[in-house]
Amino acid sequence: MWLTQSSIGRKVIMSVTGIALILFLTFHGCMNLVALFSRDAYNTICEMLGANWYAVAATVGLGALVVLHFVYAFILTLQNRRARGASRYAVTDRPGKVEWASQNMFVLGVIVVLGLLLHLWDFWYNMMFQELIGATGQAHHLAADGYHWIEQTFANPCKTAVYVVWFAAIWFHLTHGFWSALQTLGLNGKIWFNRWKVIGNVYVTLLMLMFVVVAIYFAACGGACCTGCC
Amino acid sequence: MAKNISFTIKYWKQNGPKDKGHFEQREMKNIPDDTSFLEMLDILNEELINDGKEPFVFDHDCREGICGMCSLYINGTPHGKTATGATTCQLYMRRFNDGDVITVEPWRSAAFPVIKDCMVDRSAFDKIQAAGGYVTVRTGQPQDANAILIPKQDADEAMDCATCIGCGACVAACKNGSAMLYVSSKVSQFALLPQGRPEAAKRAKAMVAKMDELGFGNCTNTRACEAVCPKNESIANIARLNREFIKAKLAD
Ligand code: HEM
Ligand code: SF4
Ligand code: FES
Repeated sequence: MWLTQSSIGRKVIMSVTGIALILFLTFHGCMNLVALFSRDAYNTICEMLGANWYAVAATVGLGALVVLHFVYAFILTLQNRRARGASRYAVTDRPGKVEWASQNMFVLGVIVVLGLLLHLWDFWYNMMFQELIGATGQAHHLAADGYHWIEQTFANPCKTAVYVVWFAAIWFHLTHGFWSALQTLGLNGKIWFNRWKVIGNVYVTLLMLMFVVVAIYFAACGGACCTGCC
Repeated sequence: MAKNISFTIKYWKQNGPKDKGHFEQREMKNIPDDTSFLEMLDILNEELINDGKEPFVFDHDCREGICGMCSLYINGTPHGKTATGATTCQLYMRRFNDGDVITVEPWRSAAFPVIKDCMVDRSAFDKIQAAGGYVTVRTGQPQDANAILIPKQDADEAMDCATCIGCGACVAACKNGSAMLYVSSKVSQFALLPQGRPEAAKRAKAMVAKMDELGFGNCTNTRACEAVCPKNESIANIARLNREFIKAKLAD
């Protein structure tokens, strides 16, 4: 199978899973913005995304994407280290046009995974997971109260800081990942190179700002001012 | 105005691929700055021979920037740093200053084992080329030049790709040891021309398969290759190779 057996095939796996994850983040970011305006509307969305078959199926699909992306990132990185060999240059001079992110995609990815685990613990474990195991009482009651968990999470300034660092890592990963994914699929060229870079940087910056805004907003006023007093 | 400079040269010595290798060092005095880098190394070797020492081994042939044999990693950049890109043989000592320490290393990449000192074995590139980097012509005389009309733009672009001299600087610069800039330039020089189209799919598949088999890495689009290529090959070629390869595989 060329997707797994050739270098370009493996890159296509990275690219397609990466693009799918960007689309997911776009949805997730938009959904979060609702929390800035209305507790009820936000919780309605949370309820729809509870332990319904379609939401569980989507979660499994999403998990598979992350696992595929991570596993192939690992395989590619190992192969690339072997291809580079054991000897290292005594002097290196990184050319100006080589972006820092492009050389640190794996490290950034590992930070993203660690952040993801924390995030799943903060939200998914308290929400969908509780419904799946059929929790009762208070846990059951709070399982669909996403708004509560946002308040809870960002009430802790340390956690807010960790989330913001996490968002920054994703931003770095995607400033390179966005155009890299299109380049890998061959949808690039001398003219489109600069266009994709600009489009990518604008898109990714807006995307990550959506997350940052929600985090800062809840950290600053704990959601109390959600009716528009600040 | 020509002037003379004095500097320290640190050069890599290694007896074959298994040897650990080490740097040796020498003070170079009063070298005219119009000397080419390779002429400077010739002077170094004269001095070493006169001292009864073993000369420093490096690759070179045409010394006019067209053969792709020269290959030195100079002060952290393949072929040394120049404004618009040049081969090592086209690098001149006026790029350096009095008192500099100039470090010379071989291409360091698993697919290019060291033969001796800074001479590395780049026959992997020949193998990739032999896997499909040509147009099969089985019949008689060359065609009349106007028999197939080709837009000037396409001809120019194909020519730009064909100027890749197979020096391997792209691999040397790549943290992934990837040969994609080289292979994509060689695939592009044919893919852009009508004469190359009939075998385009076959060529892309065969050359990529050989590249993978020889242990070159997977491209992650860092663009280090493009930054150091003496012939200014563009990663647009890599996008084209990806396109050709994916199309060919999907059509199978
Ligand atoms: C929010 C989650 C993530 C998103 C949206 C994402 C997105 C992307 C995209 C779009 C690419 C470019 C694909 C290409 O070059 O063809 C990419 C590449 C890559 N990702 Fe991720 N990624 C995520 C998480 C991760 C994780 C968890 C890792 C694990 C270590 C990782 C490691 C890598 C590596 C090593 C590359 C290859 C570098 C490259 O080809 O440019 N990513 N990612
Ligand atoms: S693409 Fe450039 S750096 Fe690579 S082999 Fe060809 S000429 Fe040398
Ligand atoms: S010696 Fe031929 S290109 Fe430098």
